[in-house]
Amino acid sequence: MNLKEKLQSSYLAFEDHLQADSPLHDVRNKAMKNFETNGFPSKKEEAWKYTSLKALLNKEFSIFPKNDNTIEFKDVKEYFLNDIDTYKVVFIDGVYSSFLSQITHDVIDVCLMSSALNKSKYSSIIETYFNKAANSESLTCLNTAFAKEGAYIRIAKHKEAQKPIEIINFATGTEAATMLQPRNLIIVEENAHVQIIERHQSLNQNEVLTNSVTEIFLEKRANVDYYKIQNDTQNASLIDSTFIQQQRESICSVHTFSFGGKLTRNNLNFKQLGERCDSILNGVTMIEDKQHVDHNTLVHHIAENCESHQDYKGVFDDSATGVFNGKVYVEKQAQKLDAFQKNNNILISNKATINAKPQLEIFADDVKCSHGCTIGQLDQEAMFYLRSRGIANKEARALLMYAFANTVLESVKIPELKGRINKLIANKIGVNLGFDL
Amino acid sequence: MLQIKDVYASVEEKDILKGISLSVNAGEVHAIMGPNGAGKSTLASIIAGKEEFELTKGHITIDGEDITELDAEERAHKGVFLSFQYPVEIPGVSVTNFIKTAINENRKAKGLKDMPASEMLKKIKEKADLLEIDRKFLSRSLNVGFSGGEKKRNEIFQMAMLEPKLAILDETDSGLDIDALKVVANGVNKLKNKDNAVIVITHYQRLLDYIVPDFVHVIMDGKIVKSGTKQLAYELEEKGYDWIKEELV
Repeated sequence: MNLKEKLQSSYLAFEDHLQADSPLHDVRNKAMKNFETNGFPSKKEEAWKYTSLKALLNKEFSIFPKNDNTIEFKDVKEYFLNDIDTYKVVFIDGVYSSFLSQITHDVIDVCLMSSALNKSKYSSIIETYFNKAANSESLTCLNTAFAKEGAYIRIAKHKEAQKPIEIINFATGTEAATMLQPRNLIIVEENAHVQIIERHQSLNQNEVLTNSVTEIFLEKRANVDYYKIQNDTQNASLIDSTFIQQQRESICSVHTFSFGGKLTRNNLNFKQLGERCDSILNGVTMIEDKQHVDHNTLVHHIAENCESHQDYKGVFDDSATGVFNGKVYVEKQAQKLDAFQKNNNILISNKATINAKPQLEIFADDVKCSHGCTIGQLDQEAMFYLRSRGIANKEARALLMYAFANTVLESVKIPELKGRINKLIANKIGVNLGFDL
Repeated sequence: MLQIKDVYASVEEKDILKGISLSVNAGEVHAIMGPNGAGKSTLASIIAGKEEFELTKGHITIDGEDITELDAEERAHKGVFLSFQYPVEIPGVSVTNFIKTAINENRKAKGLKDMPASEMLKKIKEKADLLEIDRKFLSRSLNVGFSGGEKKRNEIFQMAMLEPKLAILDETDSGLDIDALKVVANGVNKLKNKDNAVIVITHYQRLLDYIVPDFVHVIMDGKIVKSGTKQLAYELEEKGYDWIKEELV
């Protein structure tokens, strides 16, 4: 039985447990049908031209992993942002861990998708928001069909989450190959503000495939800063799809730090529905060995006087491969727009590859759209300059790589998180530098 | 301190240095002059350890230790400093953090701990004052958007911070107006003592009015063709290089 067939039969079993009268029933069935028709994406599809799932799909994934796994805090402490207090929504193999979490219903809702999906008091919210921003791509549909757990966050009007929220999905790797499908729903109401950090983390070298979907809704003047930390183990693969809908004057930034994992695909979709929105998409990718990171971004400009800014930096060593496929789509009525896209890449080794493909589709006539894409190597003159001052080869390289990524790093608004990311980079490159540049 | 013995060097298979010998003792200032393309900057690069330059014959020693096989950073740890003719712009790294990193990397190589922050700040302030460098300047990205004068002043600031045994100033006077030249020269003179040495590479005698050399050497076509005292620099200023060529014939 291949993975698709296995998913189909698992779905039948899964569906049996669900309430047949739930309004979600149809949504799930429709989504599953879509997945059955289209299957896993292949390289024949333009959007997947440079990313192949083929090797992954041969593994015997467990669709519903055993859910009695516990982990001790001391073993996973390093994955939390310990220096400051945070809300935490933690899952172990897809199951909520009340022990590791710190959720709240006080003023803001930081809790569980399973509650939102099953409790009647949330039914109108689910009806209004669930699967309304997500697209109909095959893998998104697959997640929708199986959606049962994840983070549910709702920040009410004029409220501000007093501390950042960490959403962490641990995979214990108890089984040889595990498939996880977390589903997050985040609603930020008028003039509300939240900072969220998301992480997927395997705890051993067993195979993990995560197909994650997050929907974020920003009402008028809402403000969201979202940080994705992707530093997973060598057999962990992630397909992460994030769909963001912005109403007028809202500001949303998403930072994606891709430092590890076997295969990572980031689908990041922004839709600007109201005037004077600002969307910020930043990314730093630093990978090596045979790692693969694919950023597939779409900013869909529908309203007037909006802005979008993309800044993606990539450093590729060994036989690592990267993809940047950034699309800006400007509707006819989205006038007075300022859309900017930047993608800079450094190839450290001769075997590393980057496929960069900026796409601008503009149907409005009074807009400012620009993009710049570079692919280069570490500047040898700069290397000699640093080394001539006594900075050793490895440290000099690290300094240049860090400086290269600095435009993105300096826009991280949580200082402790920034410190953490600096440390991840230093560890990655194997240097002990302060990097307080 | 520095011994250069019969050094031949090439870049991309082109011979640039063709048998240079030079001896520099602690406490001395040597000036190296010569027409464009004579090999002055190559000599500087080959002492500092730039990898594109291949030393095909000869030896360079510092205090008796052969450094020809050492990497650029190891030479820096031995006390070699090159003030670049064209300092490299590095966006994203501030002057302060660059110099902090450099100092601590040099200390690490000597088995010392990082310099305490207070001592570092004090030293930065002292040396910035010596070179009349504005504090705001120190938080800017290294050499990015610096004027020619600012770049050179920043080079000498780094020299002041690192306190090298042997400083090579490669056309530090180019791009400087007379006021900036005086500040830079004054900085170099203050740093000069009986235990260190300076090699000044220049086209013009002008700089040598401020940094007074004990010896002047003329390089032509990859060889030192004439050595003398400060007087030689005046002669060159007056008569150009042709008379030396004629002398050689």
